[in-house]
Amino acid sequence: MDIIVLLKQVPATESTIALADDGKSVKTDTVKWVMNPYDEFAVEEALQIKKKQGGTVTVVSVGGDKTVEALRTGLAMGADKAVLINDPATKECDGLGIARILAAAIKETGYDLIIAGQRAVDDDNYLVGPAVAEFLTIPHVGMVIRAEVTNGTIRCTRTVEGGTVVQELVLPALFTTQRGLNEPRYVSMPGIMKAKKKPVDTKTLADLGLDAASLAPKVQVTAMTLPPERSGGRMIEGDSAQAKAAELVRALREEAKVI
Amino acid sequence: MAQGVLVITEQVDGTFRKVSYEAVSEGKRLAGTLGGKLTAMVLGEGVESMAGELGEYGADKILVADDASVKEYLVDGYTTVLAEAVEKTEPALILIGASMTGKDLAARLAARLNAPLAMDCVEVRAEGGSITATRPMYGGKVLADVSLTGTPAVVAIRPNAMSIEKTAGEGTIDKLMVSPGDTRIKFIEKQLETGKTELTEADVIVAGGRGMNGPDFSILEELAETLDGAVGASRSAVDEGWRPHSDQVGQTGKTVSPGLYIACGISGAIQHLAGMSSSKVIVAVNKDPEAPVFARADYGIVGDIFDVVPAITAEVKKLKG
Ligand SMILES: Cc1cc2nc3c(=O)[nH]c(=O)nc-3n(C[C@H](O)[C@H](O)[C@H](O)COP(=O)(O)OP(=O)(O)OC[C@H]3O[C@@H](n4cnc5c(N)ncnc54)[C@H](O)[C@@H]3O)c2cc1C
Ligand SMILES: Nc1ncnc2c1ncn2[C@@H]1O[C@H](COP(=O)(O)O)[C@@H](O)[C@H]1O
Repeated sequence: MDIIVLLKQVPATESTIALADDGKSVKTDTVKWVMNPYDEFAVEEALQIKKKQGGTVTVVSVGGDKTVEALRTGLAMGADKAVLINDPATKECDGLGIARILAAAIKETGYDLIIAGQRAVDDDNYLVGPAVAEFLTIPHVGMVIRAEVTNGTIRCTRTVEGGTVVQELVLPALFTTQRGLNEPRYVSMPGIMKAKKKPVDTKTLADLGLDAASLAPKVQVTAMTLPPERSGGRMIEGDSAQAKAAELVRALREEAKVI
Repeated sequence: MAQGVLVITEQVDGTFRKVSYEAVSEGKRLAGTLGGKLTAMVLGEGVESMAGELGEYGADKILVADDASVKEYLVDGYTTVLAEAVEKTEPALILIGASMTGKDLAARLAARLNAPLAMDCVEVRAEGGSITATRPMYGGKVLADVSLTGTPAVVAIRPNAMSIEKTAGEGTIDKLMVSPGDTRIKFIEKQLETGKTELTEADVIVAGGRGMNGPDFSILEELAETLDGAVGASRSAVDEGWRPHSDQVGQTGKTVSPGLYIACGISGAIQHLAGMSSSKVIVAVNKDPEAPVFARADYGIVGDIFDVVPAITAEVKKLKG
């Protein structure tokens, strides 16, 4: 079972996000960079499947020099090798562009299963996983909380509003992760030491036979704003819980008109 | 020439999702500025009889793929059927409700069509023939305007962000012959809780955090019921095992935009705020007057949730008679 995990480095969720001077991106110099939380589930699941089925786990990312850190975290968790597509031209790419690059990189290696996060918590696109599956013409299933591999198929439980759906996919296939799939392991000191010796293969777009022109973005951010601050927030005073509750309910009905 | 709007609807056991009505209503508004017709697409088995209703929300044409092979959502078959519908209607814009299934389908369809996609948008504009949209990023910490180049543009709209309007459309039903092709995905089973209001579609959410101090959420359930709302939770409450993962609101849970969000015993961590800050009105109840959640609330009550929440329920009941 050769498993590929798609992994993105993103600002930690506890980061306060500030806008950059260009008005269409965020300041990146002050944020802490981590592995996308949904990709941690992906690495963990890959390691658990490998433990039962044997095989290899490869973590793959499109990113910059810094992205090596996230890949090393994946290796320290237990992945066998890493591939980094590091090319300045990828900075301009939209989600479909990133998916094309990943698909091209994956095509070069053999694989039985690909695991991606449902979304990266920076762009919140929910796109790259399904798009990679499409470009590789393999089936996929999204937002999985349980996966079981048996003889050439994978049975996945996906979450939908108000419940779950079980589907069985013929391998090779791709699935994306949902919270509840597993508890990602912490990296251990020996894990970190071992990771230092594991290979990180770095590639450019030219290595993959791609050029920037064919990846021209169709989706571009033209402006970013911070959501409006809530003004006029008010503390409701009162002598008792009952008095406060009565004033709240009055305000919700008469001022806010929401009940 | 590509023109008009194609709205892909989603039905669950014979009922359209609320976001599908929102998408059809928004599609009507956009077809008005873009020019061209509004086509609504319905997929499923035995769905022809329900499809006509979309005419009341402005659909000019209703394409129905009514077949056993599309009874359940399987992404490969659905994408193939939709790609055919796109070829047939040549829309300038495709709208789809960003439910979990809607997001999944929008992504795969955009890749199949090699089309620009804007996911989970709270606003869509068609100015001078080009499509732009506003979408939250960084879990709602930022709002981004994006431009989409190329046709069709695919836009998935966030549930509860756009209004439903009744306007008459021609409502002509057209059957689409279905050939989903070979599927490599097999439906095994599904388990749906019936009668439960979906968090992302709820008008009112009463959410509980670690302050609930245990799995008994009955005071919140009662308030939610009184307000016809749903119960949500912070990640701490989920991690404690008090609530299912599907109740989690926040940057790594659900992003919600109800009319009213009542946070009970939730401190207001940045990851939680990200998921609920687009709510229209936010109420916080917390015993700690310094809790960060108050800075984001329209109304705050300092007090013990076990006193305040039942008192709110009683007041609402009084009001509703
Ligand atoms: C990668 C990552 C992703 C995360 N994603 C999310 C996410 O999606 N959603 C999310 O919610 N969190 C998320 N978190 C966790 C987040 O950082 C906080 O830990 C969490 O939101 C805290 O939950 P809480 O407010 O319920 O608990 P606490 O912070 O412990 O707050 C409990 C509050 O209850 C109050 N309280 C206690 N008893 C009472 C009482 N009787 N009456 C009134 N008030 C009372 C206290 O004053 C306190 O303010 C994430 C964290 C990480 C690292
Ligand atoms: N630059 C990238 N490199 C590797 N994987 C990525 C990258 N961007 C996105 N992904 C994968 O696709 C998932 C969804 O990302 P997105 O579509 O950006 O929300 C992530 O959780 C990753 O698994």
